[in-house]
Amino acid sequence: MNDTSISRAAETAPDFAGLISRLAGVLPAHCILSRVEDTRPYECDGLTLYRSLPPVVMLPENEAQLVAIMQGCKALNIPIVARGAGTGLSGSALPHPQGVLIGLAKLNRIKKIDPQACTAVVQPGVRNLAISEAAAPYGLYYAPDPSSQIACSIGGNIAENSGGVHCLKYGLTVHNVVRARVVTIDGDVIELGSEAPDAPGLDLLAAFIGSEGMLGVVTEATVRLIPKPACARVVMASFGSVEAAGQAVTNVIAAGIIPAGLEMMDKRAVHMVEPFVKAGYDLDAAAILLCESDGTQEEVEHEISRMEAVFQQAGATRLQVSRSEEERLVFWAGRKNAFPAAGRISPDYYCMDGTIPRRHLSRVLNAIEQMEDEYGLRCANVFHAGDGNLHPLILFDANQPGEIERAEKFGAAILELCVQVGGTITGEHGVGVEKINQMCVQFSREELDFFSAVKRGFDPYGLLNPEKVIPTLVRCAEYGKMHVHGGELRFPDLPRF
Amino acid sequence: MEFVLSEICQQIMAARGAERPVYICGGRSKDFYGEPFQGGSFPDIAVLDMSAYHGIINYHPSELVITARAGTLLSELESALDEQNQMLAFEPPRFGSASTIGGCVASGLAGPRRMAAGSVRDFVLGAKLLDSTGMVLGFGGEVMKNVAGYDVSRLLAGSMGILGALLEVSIKVAPKPPLERTQVLDADESRALELFNQWRGLPIAISATAWSQGKDEGAGRLYIRLSGSEPAVQSGVRKVGGEQLPDGQAAAFWNSLRDQTHPFFQARPLWRVAVPPQTAPLRQGPTLVEWNGGQRWLSGVDSPADLRAAVAARGGHATLFRYDSKPADVPVFHPLDDGLKNINRRLKQELDPVGIFNPKRLFPDF
Repeated sequence: MNDTSISRAAETAPDFAGLISRLAGVLPAHCILSRVEDTRPYECDGLTLYRSLPPVVMLPENEAQLVAIMQGCKALNIPIVARGAGTGLSGSALPHPQGVLIGLAKLNRIKKIDPQACTAVVQPGVRNLAISEAAAPYGLYYAPDPSSQIACSIGGNIAENSGGVHCLKYGLTVHNVVRARVVTIDGDVIELGSEAPDAPGLDLLAAFIGSEGMLGVVTEATVRLIPKPACARVVMASFGSVEAAGQAVTNVIAAGIIPAGLEMMDKRAVHMVEPFVKAGYDLDAAAILLCESDGTQEEVEHEISRMEAVFQQAGATRLQVSRSEEERLVFWAGRKNAFPAAGRISPDYYCMDGTIPRRHLSRVLNAIEQMEDEYGLRCANVFHAGDGNLHPLILFDANQPGEIERAEKFGAAILELCVQVGGTITGEHGVGVEKINQMCVQFSREELDFFSAVKRGFDPYGLLNPEKVIPTLVRCAEYGKMHVHGGELRFPDLPRF
Repeated sequence: MEFVLSEICQQIMAARGAERPVYICGGRSKDFYGEPFQGGSFPDIAVLDMSAYHGIINYHPSELVITARAGTLLSELESALDEQNQMLAFEPPRFGSASTIGGCVASGLAGPRRMAAGSVRDFVLGAKLLDSTGMVLGFGGEVMKNVAGYDVSRLLAGSMGILGALLEVSIKVAPKPPLERTQVLDADESRALELFNQWRGLPIAISATAWSQGKDEGAGRLYIRLSGSEPAVQSGVRKVGGEQLPDGQAAAFWNSLRDQTHPFFQARPLWRVAVPPQTAPLRQGPTLVEWNGGQRWLSGVDSPADLRAAVAARGGHATLFRYDSKPADVPVFHPLDDGLKNINRRLKQELDPVGIFNPKRLFPDF
């Protein structure tokens, strides 16, 4: 039969015993976990709403073992889910109920810091922040800084194309990883990208970064290190309306300034974090902007004064510039602790990740405010204003009947609004299982088919992280039927299965 | 659907039906680049001319993104950016007035600022593509951060049109630096590479470097362009030393590298080598070095096989960039390892099953 869809992996019960015996002599017994008490920690990633206990967890200690696992799984048609530190926020590393979960935590060596080439060669399990720590003695660092950087691994960053607060100036993972050594589902070890400025053939590294573990498993990567700026200062500006703050962001960029970081918090977010961090945030402001400049002392002074002038002109009601490194960190503390602060004032919260063209900011924030009434839930907004990435935090209580469902619907409505204004359903957290329905909103059937074709180019058997990211035709049809724009569900009282 | 677009779709559907390939072109300024298409294997190849599908669709300077149809002239796009004091930071070469933005993205070529700012694909945010069934597909968008689905639009950068016809691209743009200055100093190739190694890890606002050894340049001259705010440029000048090149001359020099009108680029055959920037001198004849050592142009290569072996051993690759005639057994682009080639081939088969788009332009066999 000439079926063009990706074959569904493991229609029959997978032969885990066969796989384990096949790996005897290659993968030591202590690298294989199958008792529930050992596999339980792997049942979810950072998105704990979704859980699935993996039947087998394998923890390879070197590339040869990983190759053997991949070959074994291919031979026995067993699905594979790779996992880094498990901090992902979209369920990309949710285990497959009939597959092997490969944990890459043991591949945790920094193989080389080359201060002359300004690169680091690292294994996938190395933590993001550990790279910068190892590079610090040379005055260098690794720029992408997702908020989970203390814990998240570079392998996971590659899978998700992680961002952070400094992306506008320094780029995403895709701009800072120059080479990845990858094991394919065929067990081939291939090199994507290069330590040279480019590599021959199609730019497979560009497609691989952000592919959520569906195209191959990384065993080593070369990342770019950049000189650590001598100095950084941040301007904190208050505004009387979200519109004014949005306009100020536009004006900064229009003035030709690319801030090192540019973040916005709305009133609810400010009120949420201030009691938690006591950063001295202006509780009267409708929105607060944090705008950072980095470089040499002179450059920073020059740029900060330009930023201040722009904000003043845009009607800032209060302006403060950090006078010391301690104060800079205090200013940032609130923004960086927005998620834990949400956890403090609400039993549960649901973090969204849409990106919008900045000019639609006030329209989107106003619409979100209206949705609060519609769904009967509160929402605090933190926003990577520089690059348009919005993180509405929907506050709810899972113990109240119906609140989880309302939070999910609220979230879906926000994402669809992002698509409507020309943005995207996910800026940096990935699709995983969480936003798979919204993929049907953002992409046409043919575009989703194109993704499937790319997937088959790397993984013709559909064994790598199956059933993630790309929704099936049936799923989109179901979602389309159930779903009405504006978030109103028809016959909301009928149970749905 | 608009007439021009529907014509292009029709052509693709007809080509697919007849299993007859199309050769995608914009301004035809880069016909020289890639495997030769008039190689005889497709005598009646049809030309898919994208130049009529042109125009800037969306440009909001404060969003730092421009969206334009593939046939838009690079000159038109750049003058629109210029009015807003913005630029394409990767400085794509303009091989003539007919160069289009579609060709610029499909070829993936970049100019002097690439070493500091990034490559073409680093700036691609979105693309619309005509696939082999004549369907219009959109990927990415106009926002900086977007991880919904695979990053297809970046994959298209440098794909030489083998996966489909680019219809529209969204590109991140950058503000022009307030100040630029070029310093020149005498240095031979080894010394120049040594200096690059010293400077790379320091916060110096270098936006381009080049080393050449022309007729009047003795053992060689090193050109360093500093860009940024006044204090950043001034402190950079102090750190790199040398003499200032007058602004007019400096602009002409960097343009001659960017557009490849510099005398060095007249050589045939001309090889382009990309290596890890810290690689020692290759000693393969006359050389022009750019991108802090990462890009090296060679004009006196005797043995392509020896060059490729030497370059590969250093972790790089060599492209036969320009040639008058080409031996049949020398592919234009550096051959890939089997595993990698396999995936490239499978992608081509999956995305263009009949093989109608620019066959054999990127790889000699598909």
